Amino acid sequence: MNIRKLRAAATAAAAGALALTLAACGSAGPGGAVSADSATMWGLTGGNQPALQKSVDSWNKAHSDQGIKLEFFANDAYKTKVRTAVGAGQGPTFIYGWGGGVLKSYVDAGQVEDLSTFLKDNPEVKDRYLPSVLKNGEIDGTTYALPNNNAQPIVLYYNKEVFEKVGAQPPTTWDELMALVPTFKAAGIAPFSLGGQSKWPNLMWLEYLVERIGGPQVFADIAANKPGAWSHPAVAESLTKIQELVDAGGFVNGFSSIAADSSADQALLYTGKAAMILQGGWIYQGMKKDAAHFVDSGKLGFTTFPTVEGGVGDPKNIVGNPSNFWSVSSKATDAQKKAALDYIKDGMFTEENTQDLIASGAVPVVKGIEAKLEASPDKDFLTFVYGMAKDAPSFTLSWDQALSPAQGDTMLSNLDQIFLKKITPEQFVSAMNATIGK
Amino acid sequence: MALTSTASRRARAAGPSGWLAAPALVFFVVFAIIPLLGVLALSFTRWDGLSEITLDGVASWARVLTDELTLNALVVTAKIMIFSFIVQAPISLLLGVFTAGGQKYRAALAVLYFVPLLLSSAAVAIAYKALLDPNFGVGPGFGVPALAQDWLGNSDLVLFVVVFVIAWQFVPFHTLIYQGGVRQIPASFYEAAQIDGAGRVKQFLHITLPQLKYTIITSSTLMVVGSLAYFDLVFVLTAGGPGYSTRLLPLHMYLTGFKANDMGAASALGVILVVIGLVLALLLQRLGGRNASASQLEGA
Repeated sequence: MNIRKLRAAATAAAAGALALTLAACGSAGPGGAVSADSATMWGLTGGNQPALQKSVDSWNKAHSDQGIKLEFFANDAYKTKVRTAVGAGQGPTFIYGWGGGVLKSYVDAGQVEDLSTFLKDNPEVKDRYLPSVLKNGEIDGTTYALPNNNAQPIVLYYNKEVFEKVGAQPPTTWDELMALVPTFKAAGIAPFSLGGQSKWPNLMWLEYLVERIGGPQVFADIAANKPGAWSHPAVAESLTKIQELVDAGGFVNGFSSIAADSSADQALLYTGKAAMILQGGWIYQGMKKDAAHFVDSGKLGFTTFPTVEGGVGDPKNIVGNPSNFWSVSSKATDAQKKAALDYIKDGMFTEENTQDLIASGAVPVVKGIEAKLEASPDKDFLTFVYGMAKDAPSFTLSWDQALSPAQGDTMLSNLDQIFLKKITPEQFVSAMNATIGK
Repeated sequence: MALTSTASRRARAAGPSGWLAAPALVFFVVFAIIPLLGVLALSFTRWDGLSEITLDGVASWARVLTDELTLNALVVTAKIMIFSFIVQAPISLLLGVFTAGGQKYRAALAVLYFVPLLLSSAAVAIAYKALLDPNFGVGPGFGVPALAQDWLGNSDLVLFVVVFVIAWQFVPFHTLIYQGGVRQIPASFYEAAQIDGAGRVKQFLHITLPQLKYTIITSSTLMVVGSLAYFDLVFVLTAGGPGYSTRLLPLHMYLTGFKANDMGAASALGVILVVIGLVLALLLQRLGGRNASASQLEGA
């Protein structure tokens, strides 16, 4: 009997210890300035990861009472995780975002702090940003998000080596682009790489074509939820052009199974298997890391998206991500909120942080960095992007971020069907018109 | 003390105490029944995951039941279920019988067969995604044109690739079940059959197969109901694509809930998934369950 009691007690104790260990696993983070009550920050893996990590590390070193706990996630995984977490009241203090419709859904749900008072009290924060970029963190004239990294317009990258091999020039018009397709195919090189499985890279084609053909107002109407806005002829014409390019074999073999999150699409470019890729400004950082020799030896070319004959869009207009943004969770504790705002004020875009971003191949969205860009080994690309962002009459936010999440998802699924030739442009337009206002 | 003795007396009288089921039951209620009721309730609401949950009647159900993507998901799931069963059941049965033999080399081979069982689905999917890459995969890598297909990007091929990868991962598990089943069959049956002059094939058909009846039912139930739960592997391998070619019901549910942020519709899909799973499990139990209490050893 005694033995049995003893054994039961031991089992209970073991079970309790196990439960405690498990609980500890859940909440323990790295030591130092960070505790369970610290402000939390979720960042994205990839190009800006080292600069952000360094910035937070040096902040934590200098502010032991206001530590920030930083974790990184892959892009697609993050977008799903953060929304679920915020909805469940488990979101991070710093909410990383893109502005647009997704930010608006957070604002509508009362999940993020109004930052206009903070900006009024700290005019130097407001003054450091490029005004056109800062505007993307506003919803109905109120600031809810502040830029935190670099301008990311979508750029047409090309491999200079393979262009030399076939004796071609990068396209400046859509007709030239189409004419290049058979040239490269004959040489056994895919004209364009595309990370089709991730779906959002497909969107870059539609965004630029609609911009070049119809100008920025077409999407502005769509984003404003005007009834039938997708019926603008520029949309159907762009989709037709995309399907013509697919038919001509413009995209790499198997593009629909290539994932952009694993950078397989860039690899095709720098290994010379594909001649061009339409991708975000951020992949320069990725290629600089994964294919340093290719980038450093000047084999990576970059240019703006070609013009389309008869199109009314200004060729200087660009689409992409003006920057990423930090919002501050309204569900955080007061101490966490204060730490977050203090970091935004004093920890971000410090001399060192700005320099780190530039060194990684990015253009920070702050004023007065021209000299720093000129001094960088990547000055060709950096000044190109800076010029693009600065001179663009219109910088349209990536559509999947500008629209509401439900609309964005429907759009990406339907566009995938366009690239696979499973639906016609007319079917796309009517499917998308049905989402207006959702 | 008095309590303990009455309890043990009762236990002796009527088999093990019902209390033994209590921990499992508590877990089951907390982690299965309660969430299930929650999902049922959510299916009658509108919720985007962020804002307030509002009652919405049967709107989500109407949306799900009229959406052709739901039908597509059901068809894809049924195809994967049937093909998986056709591929996995015979292979695992034969491998199970083979590895049940006592020979040393069979034991060594068995260890190799079981390797995929140790890998997580995500790891398997990432590995296959790399191997089957149309530009950097095995085919182009070794210059074998036959292997350089667009395995995961071709809408007609991709379903079979998925079935193959699923089989690669799960055959070892079912082999293990069959191996255990075969080893339970008394050797005396085979000795008697040999004396009567039955060959290997006859022994297999008239002793092994009938004796494995319940093992087959168990394994089939796991295979069929399990194919309703394939998610991680397909999610990483194809993300449901290209287009909707491999958008299985669980994947469709996830994407509806967490990408399109339509929790109402996703919950309705979840309820459909549970109902289908229960019906299939019951049907399979019925198939062989009529005299489930009869001993297997009396067999044919």
